[in-house]
Amino acid sequence: MSTKVEAPPLRKYPVIPVLDIGAMSASKPYVASDKIQEAIGFPGELAPDWEAKAIAKMAELLGRYRSLKVYLDACVHCGACSDKCHYFIGTGDPKNMPVARQDLMRAVYRRHFTLAGRIAPKLVGARDFTPELLQDWYSYYHQCSECRRCSVFCPYGIDTAEITMAAREIMDAIGLGQKYSNEIIGKVHRIGNNLGLPGPALEDTLLGLEEDVKEDTGVDVRYPLDAKGAEVLLVTPSADFFAEPHVESLIGYGKVFHAAGVSWTLSSHASEAGNFGMFIGNYEQLRKIALRVREAALELGVKRIVVGECGHAWRVAYSFWNTLVGIGAGGDDPFAVELQNQLDHRYRQPTHICEFTWDLIERGALRLDPSANDHRIVTFHDSCNVARASRMGDFPGGQFEIPRAIIRAVANRFVEMAPETIREKTFCCGGGGGLLTDELLELRVKGALPRMEALQEIAERDGVNFMATICAICKAQFSKVLPYYGFKMSMVGGVHQLVSTAIRLGSND
Amino acid sequence: MTAAWAYALAFYAAAAILVGGLAWRIADYWRTPAPLKIPTTPAPTTRGGVALRLAREVLLFESLFRSNLWIWLFGWLFHVGLALVLARHLRYFTEPVWGWVVFIQPFGILGGFLMAAGLAGLLARRLAVERIRYISTPSDILMLVLLLVITISGLVMKYVSPTDVVAVKVFFLGLLRFELHPLPAELHLRVHLALVAALMIVFPFSKLLHAPGIFFSPTRNQADDPRERRHLAPWAARLDREG
Ligand code: SF4
Ligand code: SF4
Repeated sequence: MSTKVEAPPLRKYPVIPVLDIGAMSASKPYVASDKIQEAIGFPGELAPDWEAKAIAKMAELLGRYRSLKVYLDACVHCGACSDKCHYFIGTGDPKNMPVARQDLMRAVYRRHFTLAGRIAPKLVGARDFTPELLQDWYSYYHQCSECRRCSVFCPYGIDTAEITMAAREIMDAIGLGQKYSNEIIGKVHRIGNNLGLPGPALEDTLLGLEEDVKEDTGVDVRYPLDAKGAEVLLVTPSADFFAEPHVESLIGYGKVFHAAGVSWTLSSHASEAGNFGMFIGNYEQLRKIALRVREAALELGVKRIVVGECGHAWRVAYSFWNTLVGIGAGGDDPFAVELQNQLDHRYRQPTHICEFTWDLIERGALRLDPSANDHRIVTFHDSCNVARASRMGDFPGGQFEIPRAIIRAVANRFVEMAPETIREKTFCCGGGGGLLTDELLELRVKGALPRMEALQEIAERDGVNFMATICAICKAQFSKVLPYYGFKMSMVGGVHQLVSTAIRLGSND
Repeated sequence: MTAAWAYALAFYAAAAILVGGLAWRIADYWRTPAPLKIPTTPAPTTRGGVALRLAREVLLFESLFRSNLWIWLFGWLFHVGLALVLARHLRYFTEPVWGWVVFIQPFGILGGFLMAAGLAGLLARRLAVERIRYISTPSDILMLVLLLVITISGLVMKYVSPTDVVAVKVFFLGLLRFELHPLPAELHLRVHLALVAALMIVFPFSKLLHAPGIFFSPTRNQADDPRERRHLAPWAARLDREG
């Protein structure tokens, strides 16, 4: 990124941008080296016969994923999704319209897999898979955060995230991988978490936290690692261990467990809730990473599995873990049975930390002093994967209500952003889906535009100075891009950061 | 009678391609697993809730309504019009005509106008709105033109230059019994019928697959119950067995 990145101006009246053709065609993440690729079983570089391989992979995926097959067929080019993507809104590049993004793959699909595209390619927009088109794939399938906002608005529920995942999977299969995601996946396999923090470093960090909390509150709150026989295994994004503001939420989880008197532990083997296997659309990777959690749970003998604040991690945990590794209920195959016999099914498996905390609050088991947060005027940013790809509690929409209920219980001043920018219509932070890397900064800044506009509105009107969220990627992305829009980076933080401020421990306060 | 022969063959072929082609696509969708739970949430937690969600999508275009009122309006008018028109046309294939088909005849005519209005609106948007022009392929425009010509030729037959509908009915009832009867010769009738046959033929090979597609869309047809029930595709279960 040689030129300086500048934020687009906040618009008073968000109109749909005019098309700016090719505006973002140069935005591409770094390509994974052969070492990174081969470490996770992908070819190291683009082979001369990549086109044939790509078509073969596409055929395989069309047989594996009903979503891909139906979505490539069913789109009517109605355009309802065309103005719904934050990357289109922020960049004006027409290939960032969800339907146009899908069409980059649909063109190849029609050419190779449909009668019309074989007979009359021009008529139906079918195209050969040329090197230029492959470059467009690499560019624009890395300008999709897999946030699913488009799928909310499509009359057939067409989810561009599914197409993006398939495209990334095909590119990996022909040796054109993305450095950021694939390097991280390699680290998880080698070390156990995305940041590559080895066990001893984790232990140090956690001891440090215990001292800090002791100093702050005078209470001995424990942050245990690999404690066998604990009731709860907490799996949380590794950013929680050291990044700001993430660590504030980790402190909060510990205080909640302490106050509830529930024994808990982190695991060095599964010290990562994030699962970038989803971002690259690779089921085997997704499963292999999730298996670490299962292994840790069996090893430590825990009764419950709780997941920390992380959006895509909660999607994987809530929606996929049961399928992938049998964490959940209802499996009758030998594979799932062992784990299910061990887990305590009076509780939801897995449980989101917000569900855990809210259950305690509802039962009156936590002492809270919301006035401790009176210096904050709080809003809540719904993270896309939580909002549109998961649930909390027992009713649809619990993923919206429970975090808000917690915030209301721990803070006195809460303000919502504009209704068309929250809940299932929420805008992605701009850094999800494997795009949280520096070389994509321009994209990330521009993609944050719709969220920043909504925030600006209530910052001006209501003086909002804290945006709570429950996603490690949202926290990191906002910390980075808030200053581009003239906000303080400390404006973003976790829901359990607020809990941590308000919770009263022991008897000495 | 040559023309009658040609039309008879065309309609047999079109019907076979429509039914066979759709059956082939639907079987293909059916066989292809959805390995992961991906409903767009908030989603119903029960099968009954899912059926309701799908019904709202199919009958009311709920998602489209939340998305874009203009596209919703034109698209919905067109589809409701089409449903009424198709129902009205049942009288050409039944003897005696069913009571409810007799009852909806006037609504069928209204349907023709709704179709024309909806299609014109969709075409205008496709040509005039920059974003939608950008994503349009020639086939998108041709599809609207095809439907529009079918609709207008039908309305012309009703209002401008009526054709011998009794003869048309004899022709089609004949087809159902594998008998050949003459077909009136007016150009607009011939065009109308030829294009309908063409539409039936392209249906299974085009974006018209959105019709069966919506029922197979995992974001809409899955219940939100992944924690309660283990959902496993056959190819994924194989991974389990391999350990
Ligand atoms: S999934 Fe999100 S980022 Fe991707 S095209 Fe749809 S709206 Fe844009
Ligand atoms: S809303 Fe759905 S059908 Fe319409 S253009 Fe977008 S993806 Fe295609």
